[in-house]
Amino acid sequence: MSKAEKIEEILERYSYLDSKSLIPILQDIQSELGSLNEEAIVLVGQRLNLPTSKIYGLATFYNQFKFEPKGKNHICLCNGTSCRLKGAKWNMVYLEENLKLKNGQTTRNGQFSLEVVTCMGACDHGPVISINEEYYREVDPEKLKHIINDLTQE
Amino acid sequence: MARCDSKAELAFIKDAVVPNLHYGVWPTEVSDKFSALRHERVRQPVIYVGVTTSSIVAGALKTKMAIEQYLDDYAVDADVICVGSHGLCSLEPIVEVQIPGKTRVAFTNVTPDRVNSILDGVLNGFIQPEYAIFQYHSEIHEPWHGIPFKNELPFFKRQNRLLLKNAGILCPDSIAEYIAYGGYSALAKAIREYTFDDICRIVEESGLRGRGGGAFHTGAKWRKALQVATSDRYLICNADESDPGGFMDRLLIESDPHKVVEGIILSSYAVSASKALIYIRDRYKVSIQRIQNAIEQAYEVGLLGYDILGSGYSLDVEVHKGPGAYVCGEETALIKSLEGKRGMPTIKPPYPAEFGLNGKPTVINNVETLANIPEIISNGPQWFAAFGTEGSKGTKIFSINGHASQTCWVELTFGEPLATLLDLAGGVKDGRTFKALHLGGPSGVSVTADELDAPIDFDELPRRGISLGSGGVQVLDNTVCMVDLVKYFMHFIRNESCGKCIPCREGSNRMYQILDNISKRPVSNEGHNTLERFKGVIQLETLAEVMRDTSLCGLGQTAPKPILKALKSFRDEFEEHIFDRKCRASVCRDLRTFYIDIERCKGCTACAKKCPTQAIYGTPRSSYFIVEERCIGCGICQDTCKFGAVFFK
Amino acid sequence: MNITIEVNNRTIQAHKGDTILEALNRNGIRVPTLCNMTNLTPSGACRLCVVEVEGRDTLVTSCSHIVENGMRVMTHSPRVVRARKTLVELLLANHPDDCLYCERNGFCELQDLAAELHIRERKVLRKSFTQKLDLSSPSIVRDPAKCILCGRCIRVCDEVQSVSTFEFVNRGCNMYVGTTMSRDLNFSSCIGCGQCVLVCPTGALHERQNFAEVMDALSNPDLIPVVQIAPSISVSVATEFGLKASKDVNKLLYNALRKIGFKYVFDTAVAADIAAVEMAAELIARKGNGNNLPMFSSCCPAWVKFVEQWYPDYIPALSAVKSPQQVMGSLIRNYFAAENEINLSKIFSVSVMPCLAKKFEAQREEMTTRGLSDVDTVLSTRELVRLIKLYGIDIQGIEPQHPDKPFNIRSSSGKLFGISGGSAEALARVVYHKLTSKELNDSKITEVKIISGVKAFSFNAAGQTFTFAVVNGLKNIHSILPVLMEGDVKLDYIEVMACPGGCVNGGGQPYVHEDKYVKLRTKAIIEIDEAEGIKCAARNPLVKAIYDDFLGETGGEKSKKFLYTRYSKREVLL
Ligand SMILES: Cc1cc2nc3c(=O)[nH]c(=O)nc-3n(C[C@H](O)[C@H](O)[C@H](O)COP(=O)(O)O)c2cc1C
Ligand code: SF4
Ligand code: SF4
Ligand code: SF4
Ligand code: SF4
Ligand code: FES
Ligand code: FES
Repeated sequence: MSKAEKIEEILERYSYLDSKSLIPILQDIQSELGSLNEEAIVLVGQRLNLPTSKIYGLATFYNQFKFEPKGKNHICLCNGTSCRLKGAKWNMVYLEENLKLKNGQTTRNGQFSLEVVTCMGACDHGPVISINEEYYREVDPEKLKHIINDLTQE
Repeated sequence: MARCDSKAELAFIKDAVVPNLHYGVWPTEVSDKFSALRHERVRQPVIYVGVTTSSIVAGALKTKMAIEQYLDDYAVDADVICVGSHGLCSLEPIVEVQIPGKTRVAFTNVTPDRVNSILDGVLNGFIQPEYAIFQYHSEIHEPWHGIPFKNELPFFKRQNRLLLKNAGILCPDSIAEYIAYGGYSALAKAIREYTFDDICRIVEESGLRGRGGGAFHTGAKWRKALQVATSDRYLICNADESDPGGFMDRLLIESDPHKVVEGIILSSYAVSASKALIYIRDRYKVSIQRIQNAIEQAYEVGLLGYDILGSGYSLDVEVHKGPGAYVCGEETALIKSLEGKRGMPTIKPPYPAEFGLNGKPTVINNVETLANIPEIISNGPQWFAAFGTEGSKGTKIFSINGHASQTCWVELTFGEPLATLLDLAGGVKDGRTFKALHLGGPSGVSVTADELDAPIDFDELPRRGISLGSGGVQVLDNTVCMVDLVKYFMHFIRNESCGKCIPCREGSNRMYQILDNISKRPVSNEGHNTLERFKGVIQLETLAEVMRDTSLCGLGQTAPKPILKALKSFRDEFEEHIFDRKCRASVCRDLRTFYIDIERCKGCTACAKKCPTQAIYGTPRSSYFIVEERCIGCGICQDTCKFGAVFFK
Repeated sequence: MNITIEVNNRTIQAHKGDTILEALNRNGIRVPTLCNMTNLTPSGACRLCVVEVEGRDTLVTSCSHIVENGMRVMTHSPRVVRARKTLVELLLANHPDDCLYCERNGFCELQDLAAELHIRERKVLRKSFTQKLDLSSPSIVRDPAKCILCGRCIRVCDEVQSVSTFEFVNRGCNMYVGTTMSRDLNFSSCIGCGQCVLVCPTGALHERQNFAEVMDALSNPDLIPVVQIAPSISVSVATEFGLKASKDVNKLLYNALRKIGFKYVFDTAVAADIAAVEMAAELIARKGNGNNLPMFSSCCPAWVKFVEQWYPDYIPALSAVKSPQQVMGSLIRNYFAAENEINLSKIFSVSVMPCLAKKFEAQREEMTTRGLSDVDTVLSTRELVRLIKLYGIDIQGIEPQHPDKPFNIRSSSGKLFGISGGSAEALARVVYHKLTSKELNDSKITEVKIISGVKAFSFNAAGQTFTFAVVNGLKNIHSILPVLMEGDVKLDYIEVMACPGGCVNGGGQPYVHEDKYVKLRTKAIIEIDEAEGIKCAARNPLVKAIYDDFLGETGGEKSKKFLYTRYSKREVLL
């Protein structure tokens, strides 16, 4: 199925196509395609009778929506207060310095993408990160280096 | 996590239980069933695994798999049930086991590798006391020897678990269990005995105030919405939980979703809302799953939908997944988000209670506020008002983390001193020195040791310059740099501000710059830079006041709080950063000053070669030294040195 | 007057339902505003209008709060002034110190605020501004570094023009105003109407300047600079020269333009007359065969682009007659040049327009003669004012003059093209005259009501009923189109002006911040029409002469060749 067809299929699921269903539609599209793109915005705009600027403005407002495809390994890094106190910052610095990876970005080779999130409720063993739903606790740059290395070698 | 209730069970609840809920007395057939649902007597072992967002990170799902594997391998017949959280997050995964004739006993830190030995023991009537933490009290079963009862543990004893009474005990995915523990009887009672107006009155009398941070009188807010003449009203449950360090609402939903649903139905009934919406962040997958399941079950047994319990009142509940923005916790922004727009707050008045979603009166309440309603209806306003203080009734749920000895989730009666929070968390981790208790996240304040006697109270705390916030609490030890902490919050605010109004958008940005400036080593000592820092710090207080005075919404108005309080309580730390260029906690990396230990240095020249500012001098094979004025504190030398000779102060 | 409030310890009267701001303004007290816009609901974004209200914990925005009886307000207490000053300082902390080189120097609201609040010290200076200038549109230049995120452009484009080119992108300190996918303006849905430029308080949005080209041409001895000037301009510039608002300075402008160096000076209203005559022929023909009715006006290039982008199905319904600017451009090249035996490529044809979309229209490839654009360059009214000032011309001290032949006589309806409803009126007069040889006057016109927000009228001529509708401001097109699609209402002609009020409120007009000025300009044009004798374009002797002399008959071969054009579907990010 082409992207456009997939989007059409998602739109079919909604009985009311108005701006109220915009967020759920974009969420569905993103979980289907991994990220949003121009094509999706234009299609949704046509069907919902909304200017694309409004859709783009909305999507860029919220953390969830991304216009860059997710990397093969999607890193969720907790920067909640607790993890931060325990050094989540240095993990972010590590990723930025070594993978040139900042919040919301994907590395050029598509291997890693980073999403900075808030508390996951596991603060005791912070800093916490998850990579593709696999959790790692008490992560420091040293440990992160190993995790990343292991993943790159796979 | 499949739902626990079978079709047959749901049908039984629907036909035999729900129509008679308001009587509260049951034929034996039903009360037997309830007893079974409460697992009062079990015929085969029952294993309860606490599965919540926090325990999943700790590996609860793997533990559960290991348990199932074990049962499979040894062909043991046992039920495995998912339950919520007791609040002892540090000890997760927690697994409880109940074997016939014995009390239910809880084991902590049950990692998959421990599953075998624990189950081997307990299924054969033997317990290693070091793994077990408590057992449940029971009249009819034989207790385990040497294991404390749950209500004897100081952790539980010091709490007043009104809202959390089911948490960790029942299966969150079962409406049958919730009803067996007395659930939905408040709803039945209200619908039978009270009018909309009565419930508003009861809630007003109870003195309940909103738990979302604003501490509005819930009854009064409802009344306002009721007074608008219209046929359409909405109730919104604010489950966006946007405090970056809190997890109160999430664990509540995950541990006892039906209580929240019951609260929502009751409150909707009270404001005669035609629709209720739950706004919950898309990322909170487990919570969403649980609450959605609870709603479906409630529909299935006739507690939601058309003509609830024959009252003529109909209600639909929808779950809306918030795409993630802190400011969407603010009422008007939340409404914008539900309308499919950018979550930018709008001016008040008009207040949502008068002109909210789709222009209709809309009541927005926090999860915890709503969860209070069933208890208030069941036990009456006087019962509720007996807990707490003059202006703050009932209990408050907190999540405590940071450098706490144990990360936990607790419920305390208003009026208890803040110190209790620290006690429940077991003090500071690893025996380090206590520095402060931070309440209320990015718009909250850090409380010092001598302020810990302040009572948890909506009115008294502000009088002492403290705000309670929504329940997220962080214990801070002396490795925390206050400048860095407030900088973190300001960074959060400047990214999470919606950007609409000047004071918040530009003010937070500017404040962040100022803080960043003082936690950075200036390129040079003279001229522009020093002046900048100096001017900036003078500006902080003016900025804070203007932000509070002119920002459109609560986010901007409260954002300067952490800074103002820290400037007051930890002024010396700020001054050290500004004048001495020192960070005593060594968190502000740029302010560290590096030294070379003469004893250890072998004069290998490695560090001198790497230093980006050529600050390291010496002769090969004898000790090197760092020229302080040149050092920018990057730390490369320390990373380079193979002999551990570089250290910082 | 049924409420009293106390302001700065003096009692004043207010209307019930007034905002504090309205009450203050009515009583001669000014508080600064940045995000407030007349006729739109307050957004409360800038917070500059804050005042102190007794009993309130925080300051209150006067633009959004409704007065209450007995309210006690302080508008300039130290607390309020400090707050405002801090807000402006915060804006300046993020603003390039570029006033001396800025397009808006002297007309900038931010500059005014800084002066008014007496900001004399730079608290911070941001070092680099990475945002890039968007020069892609022929009409509008965007300089995001100077944007103070007041949101006015977004709102006008969305709520008034229903185009929605702009929206806020991102959030918090990363927020900026952008188009879909942050593309350049020429890929966006922008129709170039320039309303956003009119409302932007700073230099973040301004017209694409064609000033330099004109200056070059004026000093190039090989070129013959020719200029035409649009009907609405003469009533719009008076304030800029310190004259009474709405004073008609038409004749002074001809002199000024000659003094600047234009060899020939023409009045676009003459072309409007010719266009009206052509459109009348076109309409009568369409009415005869029933095709492509209702006919849509095409004199507003922003509207034309709007149709090309959103409603390509309606393109055949657009009048095929060029807009007055292009009619004049074409006649200058093809008729005037031949008449005066000038090599057509030596003519440098400038038009002065109240409109930024005209800059785009002049560039359209449909609008060329032998590879040369019919109009070489378009200046906005504001650029004209600047040009006059640059050449040191004292408008008050020069003699009135007349335009040049052969475009020197216009009917008063040519002037009407400058206001909303004007082209419909002008067309009606010609149609009526054509069919009955009589003059249409008010008594023969009946107002009809089709939908709210859209004026419509009808008249009978030679046994036929003609119904014309006037869409004032693009937003209203969305109320009339559904009616058309349902087919219940029979309309013959629909005039659409993108800018509310018509060209007198065009995107190229001088910056004014009260709609009172637009009303005055409109009134001035109506007064001209009322005072003058030749009211119908068909009775303009000059028009007749040009047809006799050059064009032949209306709708004839030459007309088709020189005065008609075509439009086509346009793909942009809608
Ligand atoms: C920036 C901001 C964030 C907020 N976040 C939340 C939140 O995450 N959860 C919540 O219940 N209330 C939040 N609130 C408070 C809500 O606006 C609102 O006051 C509350 O939901 C009302 O419910 P209550 O009366 O039951 O407390 C927030 C307020 C502000 C200004
Ligand atoms: S205070 Fe901040 S979050 Fe609130 S409206 Fe203003 S910019 Fe937005
Ligand atoms: S926009 Fe205004 S303040 Fe900014 S540089 Fe231009 S004139 Fe100066
Ligand atoms: S010129 Fe007109 S259409 Fe273009 S962005 Fe501005 S207001 Fe919108
Ligand atoms: S471009 Fe102008 S009108 Fe638009 S937000 Fe920026 S400053 Fe305001
Ligand atoms: S702050 Fe990271 S898990 Fe709680
Ligand atoms: S004018 Fe009132 S908030 Fe901007």
